[in-house]
Amino acid sequence: MSAGNDGEEIEVTNEPLVEAPADTVAGEVVLRLTDVVKTFPGVRALDGVQLEVRAGEVHCLLGQNGAGKSTLIKVLAGVHRPDSGEVVWRGEPAAFANPQAAMRAGIATIYQELDLVEDLSVAENAFLGHEPRRLGFVRRGHMARRTRQILARLGHPEIPPGRLVRHLPAAGKQIVSMARALSHEARLIIMDEPSAVLAHDEVGNLFRIIRELTAQGIAVIYISHRLEEIREIGDRVTVLKDGRTTAANLPARDTPTRDLVSRMTGRTIEYVFPDRPADDPAGAELLRVEGLTRHGEFADVSLDVRAGEIVGIAGLVGSGRSELLETIYGARRAQAGTVRMGGRTLRPGSVGAAVRAGMGMAPEERKSQALLLGEPIYRNVTLATFGRYARLGFTDAGRERAAADRIAASLELRPRDVRRPVRTLSGGNQQKVVVGRWLLGDTRLLLLDEPTRGVDVGARAELYQVIRELAARGVGVLLVSSEVPEVLGLADRVLVMREGRVVREAPAGELDENTVLDLVMAGSLMEGAPA
Amino acid sequence: MSDMTPTAAPERAADLPAQSPPVDPAETAKADAGARLSWWRGDGGEGAKRNLGLLATLVVLVVIGILTRPDLYGDASWVWGNTLTILKLASVVGVVTVGMTFVIIGGGIDLSVGAIVALAGVWCTTVATQSYGAGGMIFSALTVGLAVGVVNGLLISYGRLVPFIATLAMMVAARGLAAEISDKQTQVSNDSFINGIATVKLLGIPLLVYILAAVVAAGWVLLNRTTFGRRTVAVGGNPEAARLAGINVRRHTVLLYALSGLCCGIAAIMLTAQATSAQAAMANLYELDAIAAAIIGGTLLSGGRGTIIGSLLGVIIFSTITNLFAINGLSTEAQNMVKGGIIVAAVLVQQVQFRSLSQFLTRNRATTT
Ligand SMILES: Nc1ncnc2c1ncn2[C@@H]1O[C@H](COP(=O)(O)OP(=O)(O)OP(=O)(O)O)[C@@H](O)[C@H]1O
Ligand SMILES: [Mg+2]
Repeated sequence: MSAGNDGEEIEVTNEPLVEAPADTVAGEVVLRLTDVVKTFPGVRALDGVQLEVRAGEVHCLLGQNGAGKSTLIKVLAGVHRPDSGEVVWRGEPAAFANPQAAMRAGIATIYQELDLVEDLSVAENAFLGHEPRRLGFVRRGHMARRTRQILARLGHPEIPPGRLVRHLPAAGKQIVSMARALSHEARLIIMDEPSAVLAHDEVGNLFRIIRELTAQGIAVIYISHRLEEIREIGDRVTVLKDGRTTAANLPARDTPTRDLVSRMTGRTIEYVFPDRPADDPAGAELLRVEGLTRHGEFADVSLDVRAGEIVGIAGLVGSGRSELLETIYGARRAQAGTVRMGGRTLRPGSVGAAVRAGMGMAPEERKSQALLLGEPIYRNVTLATFGRYARLGFTDAGRERAAADRIAASLELRPRDVRRPVRTLSGGNQQKVVVGRWLLGDTRLLLLDEPTRGVDVGARAELYQVIRELAARGVGVLLVSSEVPEVLGLADRVLVMREGRVVREAPAGELDENTVLDLVMAGSLMEGAPA
Repeated sequence: MSDMTPTAAPERAADLPAQSPPVDPAETAKADAGARLSWWRGDGGEGAKRNLGLLATLVVLVVIGILTRPDLYGDASWVWGNTLTILKLASVVGVVTVGMTFVIIGGGIDLSVGAIVALAGVWCTTVATQSYGAGGMIFSALTVGLAVGVVNGLLISYGRLVPFIATLAMMVAARGLAAEISDKQTQVSNDSFINGIATVKLLGIPLLVYILAAVVAAGWVLLNRTTFGRRTVAVGGNPEAARLAGINVRRHTVLLYALSGLCCGIAAIMLTAQATSAQAAMANLYELDAIAAAIIGGTLLSGGRGTIIGSLLGVIIFSTITNLFAINGLSTEAQNMVKGGIIVAAVLVQQVQFRSLSQFLTRNRATTT
């Protein structure tokens, strides 16, 4: 990986990133929650939570979408105040009035939904609210230097501290919010699904950082829906279900998966992919892409999808997968190449043309690209189809709600009431709304960009099932995912992308995880970013 | 770290009571109550609460009126007449505000509304236009309003100008053109049908008030019951999401400004009728009144949220304030100063009310469950 763009030398020292608090004894209980309750209008998000976190451990929180994990950490971070219950932080009862108070007390948080200021620089974001000052002036040089150090330790010396966050790709933004958490002198770092937007090698990097932190006696609360990650990095696990602790302090490595899942869901779920149909299901050619190119993003990509076929694209974040999907969909204009649907060439750069030809796309970033957060769930589900339920331009809310209800049921949306604003849904449930939108109507080709991001184990299986059923009905699917097993398990055919080019194409059965990982490696994070 | 893992024996909270069912009936009942309330706003309870806050503000203003002029308020027929005066006062700005509300919900702003009213008013009262009679005058006012709105929309969506800049330029240009056409003279309207619009009453209520009611009703239906309204909210709330869902954001933007222009055309006829004349300086600062009324009414300046009823209440609050000053014989200068203060106060009061009201409702719910 190359050094910083501005020629300045990067210090990669071995001094601790965050000063280890001298008075921290490893293994001592730093945080204890007893019977914490938090209600929102009509929802008991937390209904009696117990949690015990020790210094130097990685404590994992497990639970289905909407179980209350994010609400719990927002209580810890001072975003929400609990209705009742006790929070004891380092031996003393604590009630953080606001996020600043929690930060001062030594709790730093990486939120599930990125909370960066797009029009500030990387360094300004990292030190937002606690800029180093002298005589009231921000010490910009010092701040940039510290940021560069932190980024280097995070394995990303190539991200310039001066660049606007707006111009970073999604994974780069995640790195910046991690840098922000590390810029505090924290005793507890909370990470809410940090790996959801990271590619495989990035996750390895993240784990290295976490190990460094815990070695210094810093406690980490780690949330993820990926059990393999919890096995790898976690020490103990607390399981939440419907806002309650159903199991506390399980050993992360050797608690059987069956046990964890049944405590999360109250039933046993087989985490398997639906069977591929026995005979080759693929029908007539649906999509044909030829020589598609956008400079700096991807080059000379050709592919095809037939009716009833699921085609997966594997590759690192920044390998041009999302940009490719958006270009096929007309959201970006190709500089060269053609996109044909059912033999007809689509007008480049026109989403309308793509939608009329029967395409639908669930984009990568749900908050900025897909959702109207203040609007009810059903209106978000029918955002692309409300015209079909309308008569003479008059919308039919009843039929829309009925349709959204069906989607909500098949994707296990909770809470099920489709009149709630999407804003009040948990992250994973918002994701279900984004994907659910295109399960309505008569989409012939579905472009899915990270469809299971943040979706829990049970709902994920449901989603795979739904996608497979769509394919069985003759819908073509083009799937992008950072999770290689997902691509291999769900797709019929797999394309591997590296640095904007397709480097391998094969039936899913002929590839295994290691082969694919070998193929995709050597990508760099910053390549997806516009200059 | 190795000392961590096995030491704590897995203490399982297996003795927890049975889980509550995922959907509790009380919750569903509440949602139903919310749905029943929703005619008030069309899409949820939050706006209804805000509108109740506005009604409360209106009540306070009336109480101030009663306290300052108990003599007048003792007379029932005066009260009725005064109510009609307030509504009549609200009618022209009200029509403009309906269009403005759509533009703001759609993520834009229209600073040119006052200028469009003036241009349409001047255009429809030229000697040439008046020779075509009332029909010709109405047609030309509506067409001019619509056309200027379309130009605004094209500049913004296809010319990629910022709405603030594009409509600011249009504000200056349209007033300039109006002055050019009228040669800076006041053009008297000689058409008795047009002039009658301001004086005719049906069932004792001025026609102007009916026009306002009709435009408000049409605006409400358009926003809450049609695909056009749905697109407006989507385009303003998250343009990228709207675009990726296949909505033609640019075309819709043009339509929004065209709608605003059309409302200005209607307002121009009403205002010309009231004054029995038109001039380039008419409808001065209407853009401010309309924007302020929409914002007070709960329309989010950043787009994606707003209500027609809220905007209507905003306009009525403004004209009630004006009326309050008039019946107390205070000067318009004092009035303008106080009005500015009241805009701030109304928004503050409304926020506080809204917050405490929703807290109150939340607490009630918590106790009933
Ligand atoms: N601001 C809010 N208003 C109303 N309800 C809310 C709000 N925030 C969260 N909720 C509700 O609280 C519950 C818990 O949500 P939370 O975000 O904590 O879930 P989560 O465990 O983090 O799920 P995920 O894995 O999907 O991120 C959900 O039912 C959610 O709908
Ligand atoms: Mg969450």
